[in-house]
Amino acid sequence: MTEFTPIASLLGGAMIGLSAVLLMLWEGRIAGISGIAGGLLPPYRDNAFPSRFGFVIGLMAAPLLLMYFTGAEITQTVSSNVPLMIAAGLLVGFGSIYGNGCTSGHGVCGLSRLSGRSMVATATFMAAAFVTVFLVRHVI
Amino acid sequence: MSFLVNLLLGLLFGIGLVVSGMSDPAKVLNFLDLFGSWDPSLALVIGSAVLITFLGYRLVLKRDAPIVGGTFHLPARKDIDARVLTGPAIFGVGWGLGGFCPGPALTALGLGATGTLAFLPAMIVGMWIAHLLARANPRPRTI
Repeated sequence: MTEFTPIASLLGGAMIGLSAVLLMLWEGRIAGISGIAGGLLPPYRDNAFPSRFGFVIGLMAAPLLLMYFTGAEITQTVSSNVPLMIAAGLLVGFGSIYGNGCTSGHGVCGLSRLSGRSMVATATFMAAAFVTVFLVRHVI
Repeated sequence: MSFLVNLLLGLLFGIGLVVSGMSDPAKVLNFLDLFGSWDPSLALVIGSAVLITFLGYRLVLKRDAPIVGGTFHLPARKDIDARVLTGPAIFGVGWGLGGFCPGPALTALGLGATGTLAFLPAMIVGMWIAHLLARANPRPRTI
């Protein structure tokens, strides 16, 4: 059970949106995390490696800096079923690059550009995830 | 310079994920569990992010060019091909199993949970396989 947190959700979502807007303003790129992280892997198609590397370091540092400076405790419940998490990681990594985007690239930036491809992609991964959770929690 | 700007923007994005609770797979899985302990938070996170990005992009894309780099790198494709269905379908199954998509998984590294340490290397391997496949079969860049 997790609590519905409307204010924190709207605030955090606005920060995510602001980051995406500023990345477009700064260097004209989509803030899609799978594209940014996947672009760190060779072979390289452009010279944006330092930008992508910086963005990923920032993402990783976020909870640590938040804890250090605010003393906030970050609650997180991650499954410790290692084979399940390996399978999940393979599917998420493969599917997000193969489909040209994930929750951020298609879900946030693509929907904001009113991209038809991103609308189809977002509806597809949402549907697949709803069905998966339904099967795991209520059927199996 | 771009490294530093991106580091700050990654930090802002990551703090947004943590503040909104989206770095916690339990919250994501409860959003995806319509017929169980449903937590609608994720819908508000995406809605809020889309609203800000929609408005912000309209302002930014009125410019001739971004501050650095000369041109906006926007995905040009408009057609619905098989990959824009199969990729997200595969991604969605993994997201439903683990509760992590790429952004939250990266923010979770420093918290060091066992599941995260299993998920992240596998995610990178999965990305690399798809990346090499795309390289063998060239298409416009991933967004």
